[in-house]
Amino acid sequence: MADTSTPSPIITFDKVNKWYGNNFHVLRDIDLTVAKGERIVICGPSGSGKSTLIRCINRLEEHQQGRLIVDGTELSDDVKAIDAVRKEVGMVFQQFNLFPHLTVLENLTLSPMWVGKMPKKEAEEKAMFQLNRVRIAEQAGKYPLQLSGGQQQRVAIARALCLKPKIMLFDEPTSALDPEMIKEVLDVMIAMADEGITMLCVTHEMGFAKAVADRVIFMDQGQIVEQNNPHDFFNNPQNERSKDFLSKILGH
Amino acid sequence: MHTSTTFQPIAPRPAPVNTEGPAAWIKSNLLADWKTTLSTLIVGGILLWYVPQILSWALFKAHWAADFNLCKIEGAGACWGVVTEKYRAIIFGRYPFDEQWRPLVATVLLTGLLVASCMRMFWRAWLPILWLVVLALFFVLMYGNVAGLSQVDTDRWGGLPLTILLASLSLVASFPIALLVALGRRSNLPAIKTFCTIYVELIRGVPLISVLFMASFMFPLFMPQGVQIDVLLRVLVGITLFAAAYSAEVIRGGLQAVPKGQVEAAATLGLSYWQTQRKIVLPQALAMVVPGIMNNFISTFKDTSLVAIVSLYELMGAMKMAVNSDADWRPYIMEGYFFIALIYFVFCFAMSRYSHWVETQVNKSKLR
Repeated sequence: MADTSTPSPIITFDKVNKWYGNNFHVLRDIDLTVAKGERIVICGPSGSGKSTLIRCINRLEEHQQGRLIVDGTELSDDVKAIDAVRKEVGMVFQQFNLFPHLTVLENLTLSPMWVGKMPKKEAEEKAMFQLNRVRIAEQAGKYPLQLSGGQQQRVAIARALCLKPKIMLFDEPTSALDPEMIKEVLDVMIAMADEGITMLCVTHEMGFAKAVADRVIFMDQGQIVEQNNPHDFFNNPQNERSKDFLSKILGH
Repeated sequence: MHTSTTFQPIAPRPAPVNTEGPAAWIKSNLLADWKTTLSTLIVGGILLWYVPQILSWALFKAHWAADFNLCKIEGAGACWGVVTEKYRAIIFGRYPFDEQWRPLVATVLLTGLLVASCMRMFWRAWLPILWLVVLALFFVLMYGNVAGLSQVDTDRWGGLPLTILLASLSLVASFPIALLVALGRRSNLPAIKTFCTIYVELIRGVPLISVLFMASFMFPLFMPQGVQIDVLLRVLVGITLFAAAYSAEVIRGGLQAVPKGQVEAAATLGLSYWQTQRKIVLPQALAMVVPGIMNNFISTFKDTSLVAIVSLYELMGAMKMAVNSDADWRPYIMEGYFFIALIYFVFCFAMSRYSHWVETQVNKSKLR
């Protein structure tokens, strides 16, 4: 259950602010503590800053004010700090972002071989292990564009897992998928959730939130409006804005 | 009554085969309606009128022997004798006649290396070393002054060996420069970005002829007393910098077409800037701009003919000099132009076909 006072936080946002350009205040005074192993679902209307929030965690976006500490390292312009954080944080994107010129297997072995200096054979064995986990090992020799969207997203998850991250970020992982393929991706994510990895997932898949989330965060206009455990959040939202949002996405 | 039906997938069938013969092709493509029929007749008429005339001039009435008197006869066709007579001067320029086996061997070596470099099985770690060896051999053979070879200064080098030397060296050298400049123009570091932008805009703002002029005549004025850099080297640097600026812009276009998500994915996987460029961005960017790059290569190959302006006589300059210096053959310079046009075409067409092959190779990952 949601218990934000759990010891050993792995991510801490302390009054974090961010602007795009001069006028668009995209993150406003974000305070958020994520416990090790916690599974968080972030939802909210488009433009509410939820993607920006999780992209700050591995510094794909820079925050301009406040402090952001990930696994004991404070994020700043220091390249070493960024590298250290990215070693611990895996990410899955809405558009998969697989490397189209590399085979599925090469997509997975690239970073272990070039960043981790792992021998090719070992990297391939570990990659095949991850591909088996997402049940797509038979596609290892194909190129990403030869796979379906659901298969591509599962490869992307396997690629992130190859780096043994402590934290996994999901940025709308099923939004670009056909309805029939959403389930196969969610199944893989649910299986992952059982393994104790810290997960932050931006999604509107409320079934997924109910099944695995420890906490649901609702954002609007760059702020965290409401956060609660899934049961209470869905059955008894406290804020007008969250009620309105839930009625829209659950209403039909 | 409400009945539920089970879904019965239709078995896939092969696409219909085109069984039409040549007659049907002609009917549908050349004689479909009165408009196509009319244009077929007009174009066919023009071809029927001109093709026999061209063939008659170029082949049937042409004279191949090295005797200009034959060409003076009324109604004579092409005077290919000019090539028979002058081919060595056209191909090797002012290189000493008795020593012309040296540029021949040097050119065969360099061309062989170029062809080998285009083939996948030679893409090995030792290929750059082979390049250094072959280039050293090329210069030793051409320049001489060792191993009993007489010295031949670079201002007497000419013809096809010079064309191939200028083209291959400037292309090979310009490509890495173009890569760096293209990356530099997208850099976050203002000094690098500004430098690369100024470089590209300056070079693109002037014609190649003026770059060659500056390399040849103005550059020496800025050198300290007693320091001399060979004109061939200066011109080579000029062409290289010129070609690099154009290729850089083509490559930059490719870089812009690589989605931002690719770089973000590489960043989340911990890849450094150079690893990201080398493994992720450049392979995709270059694959997209193969036609544009090859376009530049072909145009640079032909642009080497402009070095005649600074008294280096490559293929075209050598041909003009060889034919114009002989009053008996001067009227038949047109045939000389046809001859070198054929040589240029062979090289450019080969490059074009190679580009096509590279495209099919790099697009394999897009096949379904």
